[in-house]
Amino acid sequence: MDIKDIIKPENIVYEKPRLMNDNPMHYCPGCSHGVVHKIVAELVDEMGLEEKTIGIAPVGCAVFAYNYLDIDWIEAAHGRAPAVATAIKRLNPDKFVFTYQGDGDLAAIGTAETIHACNRGENIVIIFINNGIYGMTGGQMAPTTLLGMKTSTCPYGRTAELNGFPLKISNILAQLDGTCYITRQSVHNTAAIKRAKAAIKKAIENSMEKRGTSLVEIVSTCNAGWKMTPDEANKWMEENMFEKYPLGDIKDTIVEK
Amino acid sequence: MSEEIKLLKGNEAIAHAAIRYGADGYFGYPITPQSEIMETLMTLKPWESTGMVVLQAESEVAAINMVYGGAGSGKAVMTSSSSPGVSLKQEGISYLAGTELPALIVNVMRGGPGLGTIQPSQADYFQAVKGGGHGDYKLITLAPSSVQEMADFVYLGFDLAFKYRNPAIILADGIIGQMMEKVILPPIRPRRTEEEIRSQCPWALQGKPKGRKPNILTSLELSPAVMEENNLRFQAKYREIEKNEIRYEAIDCEDADYMIVAFGSLARICLKAQEMARAEGIKVGLLRPITLWPFPSDIIAEYAKKVKGIISIELNAGQMVEDIRLAVNGTIDVKFYGRLGGIVPTPDEILDVIKKEYIG
Repeated sequence: MDIKDIIKPENIVYEKPRLMNDNPMHYCPGCSHGVVHKIVAELVDEMGLEEKTIGIAPVGCAVFAYNYLDIDWIEAAHGRAPAVATAIKRLNPDKFVFTYQGDGDLAAIGTAETIHACNRGENIVIIFINNGIYGMTGGQMAPTTLLGMKTSTCPYGRTAELNGFPLKISNILAQLDGTCYITRQSVHNTAAIKRAKAAIKKAIENSMEKRGTSLVEIVSTCNAGWKMTPDEANKWMEENMFEKYPLGDIKDTIVEK
Repeated sequence: MSEEIKLLKGNEAIAHAAIRYGADGYFGYPITPQSEIMETLMTLKPWESTGMVVLQAESEVAAINMVYGGAGSGKAVMTSSSSPGVSLKQEGISYLAGTELPALIVNVMRGGPGLGTIQPSQADYFQAVKGGGHGDYKLITLAPSSVQEMADFVYLGFDLAFKYRNPAIILADGIIGQMMEKVILPPIRPRRTEEEIRSQCPWALQGKPKGRKPNILTSLELSPAVMEENNLRFQAKYREIEKNEIRYEAIDCEDADYMIVAFGSLARICLKAQEMARAEGIKVGLLRPITLWPFPSDIIAEYAKKVKGIISIELNAGQMVEDIRLAVNGTIDVKFYGRLGGIVPTPDEILDVIKKEYIG
């Protein structure tokens, strides 16, 4: 069989999403960001939202998300993405507006903006990458860092006495009347990626139907920050992160028709 | 409807003018002495008439970042606050400047530092004209001295902000915010359509049509060479604004022996003192900078060649006086008189200062 006979649309089993460009990614090999970016790029294309999508990039590793997905982007100040998204969505109610934030951005410096955007029920999607560490600044403690976990600012392991407890912000947000869908997912294997994509799709549908705020937490690896190989990081996440941050829907007020 | 005449507080005039301008959004947080701006907007319900969005944010920080997002989508958006709240907004203002987004900010100043007082002050002059937030940037700074100008400068501020893709600030004070005067509200303008935004603001976030490159709004640039280029572009824009947009009012300055320089509400009080001085045969003029940045340095330098003395009178410990001294560059002695903590001097007090300083 000639190569020309093989390369046909009906034979494609995998391709790069159309809205992902060829810029070399700055993410470390093994990082979860690339997978989540790909899911977003696929969904925006599949759902026909390219001309309606406005993304809000955070401060953190995903600050450069705008370099990889060919959609309109604005880069927000640290933690303020939900406030930025609030105004964009209110002023452009027919657009798909989403924030893409890490744990430090969303659950430390931006806690107030996160809670209040969710409490107002802003019709936005929040994609929340929880890897329990500050990746961009070189591996410092995050609000979601597990007890005992070592980072550069808790080099002997996080203690409750000094640093308090890992913050389960998604569970807090699920208590708010403005949120319609809060789910916790991961992207460390094929099945998980499929579930995460379905969750983000549902969140996008909620926002376009103006049902309130949807948040998809992705429990993620930061193998560089955790000082592990990608494979070790996946195992460590399964054994440690999932115990504190169990996967699954935390809140879903939308009954499928 | 064209012009409309009303008796309004300065703060209320801002709200009326914002709706009539065709502003797309207001985002604020309550703080004395400017809460009437959001209260008036909420009472007038412009979302039912023009479609303007009015939202009470959870903090001044959230409010300025809402402005950042709204401005990014090419909308005419604004926020207002008073001194401590404007301090909180500085990071967002720096981002607006660094991303070159047009927006209008209103500071109805009160005394500081810290929580200070709710009484009027002009102590945020430095914050407004020297940067306030981090990085090399400039804010177009308009200083109203009447309720009329509170309304007019909403139009001027938005227009200049969009002309130069740069944030503008109305630097008012508690007196102008709270006092009532007759105001002729400017003619109504319709809000801009999506098509108008698309053509006037091709950089705006509207969702990427097929065939257009993504619009990416960011102040981040890790390459020093490109970051320097960006900064040089900002500086070139600031020089252009300095060349084109200086505004001031000169009253009886041509034959003056002594010139008062004052802005905002204090310029009104100084005007009375200036009239009283003239009535006593003392030839005093009043120079009122309307734009505090760009500052009318060349105008002041020219008058410095004619007058015997210049005095800056401010509701602070001496801030604008530094720009006047830079303008005259040592060619003439520049005196200063200021009241602090929310005290507002009377015309008699200012006249006494002039006599003491110059007449003996």
